[in-house]
Amino acid sequence: MRKSFYFLLFPLWVSPASVSLAQDAALIQAAKKEGKVVWYTSLAIPSSTAIAHAFRTKYAGVDVEVHRTGSQRVLQRVMQEAGAGIKNADVIHTSDAGHFVLFKDKGMLMKYIPKGAEIFPAGFKDKDGFYFGMRATLSVIAYNPKSVAEKDAPKTWKDLLNPKWKGKMVSAHPGYSGIIMTHVLALVNLYGWEYFRELAKNGLHMVQSANDPAGVVASGERPVGANGAEYFYYKTQKQGNPIKIIYPNEGIPLVVSPVAIAKDAPHPNAAKLFSEYIFAKESQQLLADREGLYTGHPEVTYPADKPKLKDLKLLSVDADELEKKNAEIKKRFVEFFGA
Amino acid sequence: MLAAETSGRYWGGLKLKGWDSTLPVWVGASLLLVLLMAFPLGAIFSTSVRNQAGLTFGNYAEVFTKPAFLTAIRNTIIISFWVGLIAVIVGGLLGWLVTRTDLPWKKTVRALVMASFVTPPFLGAFAWTLLAGPNAGALNKLFRAVTGGDEFLFNIFTMTGLIFVMALYSFPYAFSMIANVCELISSDLEDAAVILGANKLKTAWTITLPLALPALLSGFIIAFLHSLSLFGAPAILGLPAGIHTITTQIWTLFQYPPRLELAAAFSVPLLLATMVLIGLQKRILGRRGFSTVGGRGGQKRVVKLGWGRVPVFILVLAILSCSVFLPYWILLKAAFSRAWAMPLDWGNFTVENFSYVLFQYSDTQRAILNTFKLGILTATTGTLLAMLIAYITNRNILRGARYLSFFALAPLVIPGIVLAVGLFIVYTQPPVVLYGTVWILFIAFLTKEMPIGFSQAESTFKSIHVELEDASRILGANRLVSLKDVTAPLARSGLIAAWCFIFIGVIRELSAAILLFAPSSKVISVVIFDLKEEGQVGAISVLGILLLAVSFLIILAVQRLLGRDLVTARE
Repeated sequence: MRKSFYFLLFPLWVSPASVSLAQDAALIQAAKKEGKVVWYTSLAIPSSTAIAHAFRTKYAGVDVEVHRTGSQRVLQRVMQEAGAGIKNADVIHTSDAGHFVLFKDKGMLMKYIPKGAEIFPAGFKDKDGFYFGMRATLSVIAYNPKSVAEKDAPKTWKDLLNPKWKGKMVSAHPGYSGIIMTHVLALVNLYGWEYFRELAKNGLHMVQSANDPAGVVASGERPVGANGAEYFYYKTQKQGNPIKIIYPNEGIPLVVSPVAIAKDAPHPNAAKLFSEYIFAKESQQLLADREGLYTGHPEVTYPADKPKLKDLKLLSVDADELEKKNAEIKKRFVEFFGA
Repeated sequence: MLAAETSGRYWGGLKLKGWDSTLPVWVGASLLLVLLMAFPLGAIFSTSVRNQAGLTFGNYAEVFTKPAFLTAIRNTIIISFWVGLIAVIVGGLLGWLVTRTDLPWKKTVRALVMASFVTPPFLGAFAWTLLAGPNAGALNKLFRAVTGGDEFLFNIFTMTGLIFVMALYSFPYAFSMIANVCELISSDLEDAAVILGANKLKTAWTITLPLALPALLSGFIIAFLHSLSLFGAPAILGLPAGIHTITTQIWTLFQYPPRLELAAAFSVPLLLATMVLIGLQKRILGRRGFSTVGGRGGQKRVVKLGWGRVPVFILVLAILSCSVFLPYWILLKAAFSRAWAMPLDWGNFTVENFSYVLFQYSDTQRAILNTFKLGILTATTGTLLAMLIAYITNRNILRGARYLSFFALAPLVIPGIVLAVGLFIVYTQPPVVLYGTVWILFIAFLTKEMPIGFSQAESTFKSIHVELEDASRILGANRLVSLKDVTAPLARSGLIAAWCFIFIGVIRELSAAILLFAPSSKVISVVIFDLKEEGQVGAISVLGILLLAVSFLIILAVQRLLGRDLVTARE
């Protein structure tokens, strides 16, 4: 109803905005004709489902098919399908920026600059306009306050090397998670591989997704998370679970997770519309409010109980370096941790 | 017998002399079967000896020298050996108890063994992570509450834990084999021993055990092979502790950049090991020259357990609690909880997991649909094909028909993940790209379930005399019409059982599906594994319960229809 009302007003505005609104209307029409957008994503299931739901509500008639798995599995899937000549994915999203260097190199991406993304900071934008950072995730330490007293809790990455945490920690896996892939490279750049060789001596419980440690810590299965997605720890805590997050002052791996449209997207217009939606303030604010994520959008506000990014020391990694070291990181990590 | 031979010869001659209008059907079915096996196996062998440069044995060299691969092989052998041993002890004990003793509630015990058999091992493994995780596991919490200490009783994320869980879901295979043999051993020899003054224990040791030995050995081999081919359980319990097996290692090789040639080379030893063991099992069973086993003539006497009746029953109950009651209880609890590790009180109670799985998460709806579609499609096609093949081998319609049974049973020696490696190689490249569709899963499941369907159909046809068919043919019906109107209706119950086995086999399959699924062709088992990787405990439990409920409904329906027990009637 409201939409049609605004539509009546369009011809009254003779400004550049009306031109772009007319373009929007054309895009929406074309997207509706395609009917759906297929999204390969590594964003946590509840969060990606929420975004898809909000999009569907806003653009009735355009469905979002969410296929969620770990970043490295999304990569595997996309490459396998490319190898078999299957065109299925429209929009690709992982937390391993290196993947997008690879995709772009192989000419697998469509150049498309969503309007909302223009005001994002440089670290969120591919200079050639192929991919843009949808969200920023931190990899942090967390502990269960029921099992660990605050004064005993680890405060830094180095604290985790203390043998008193032997058998008490959980870690996610870089062979599955892009967040952890980035985390490992950031800490290797900080402390060298020696850090992980030492850490492995503490016999960590290995899970796959960077979201899984939150559940493991909350249930008390392992009282300390040696890494993991900050937003998922935060969300799990908000649901009433016993979780405390530590932001180590040595620096926190900052993971910027890009979104791109596949070059052979079977639903290119729906894909463009979905990209527009992802980078609009509305959905960026939703990610911050509902999912506890940080984003690159300068106007987004965050819950009062989350630290401000500018107050934290962040560790960034270079996407090219991530791409080059992908195989090596997986290999060495498995050497240290067994699987 | 005579009629069969006459008929065989007659038709054997005719197929050269004249034209049987139904011949294309038989030849077609046979070709289809042979191709089902030949494509994936051929692909594995040819890929395993190749690299970019050309022919090479480098892949084998890499697989057999790299420490990571060698460790995986060692782990697999250790795990499977213990699983085989435990399975044969537990399965043998239970098999003997329900067939030869006055154990109370034997029917219920059988039903519970059936339930262990139906429970997908990956689901059991998942449930056991909630039961016996060292810190949050329900049983360990109970243990701490009782003892007041802060130790744990049992850590499921260890080799021992892995062996324990895999044995729980492998012993039904040994059970069904041993229970069948125990049914057949007559009590005459045992009686003779007793008359000659042996006590119960001595009789069991000197008479019953040696008679049952072939079945025990072959039960060991079956359980060993079953555990060898499992993927989900070792992935769920082993990987968190850094333990790889051959199957999880093969799966890892599919990660980007994929090393298909290594996966193929690594599949070959698994394939060979299985072949050797199945061959061994055949020889053990085939050589049993005991006139005492196999006849139904002898008397069977029930062994009175006496004062041991109650303790033994409690032991049986304890075993079945581990495979059925405890896992089902924790799945139910987790399905209805907000936080699974907390007590299930009103504050923690929720049906959100159900509404999430059934109505919100788009993957699950599609997966449920795919699973049942594939189940029905595979079971129907599989039963049909198995029926045709069994008919050909039984009535000796084509020259070389007996080799067909080799092809129909061959998938027994192909672990699911190995089959998937082969199918992946074949169907991700032209001329036929099936990858990305449900059809590649259909082919995998059809191939994998062929032995079950075939052996069911085969033993059914064996029991149906050819006279009726001959009568129908004399009256002018062709072979196909006779099969449809005369033989198949007589074989009805066997074919329904075959359908049921295939269906259940399909809906619980993970090890092949995990390599072959695409986003739009996900099945329930794959979604459960996906959710496991993200730690969505509630949703997994809901899906697991759904899977179990459907399996049990089908079994109950079929058992009612046939009026017999499915698990011990299994080949």
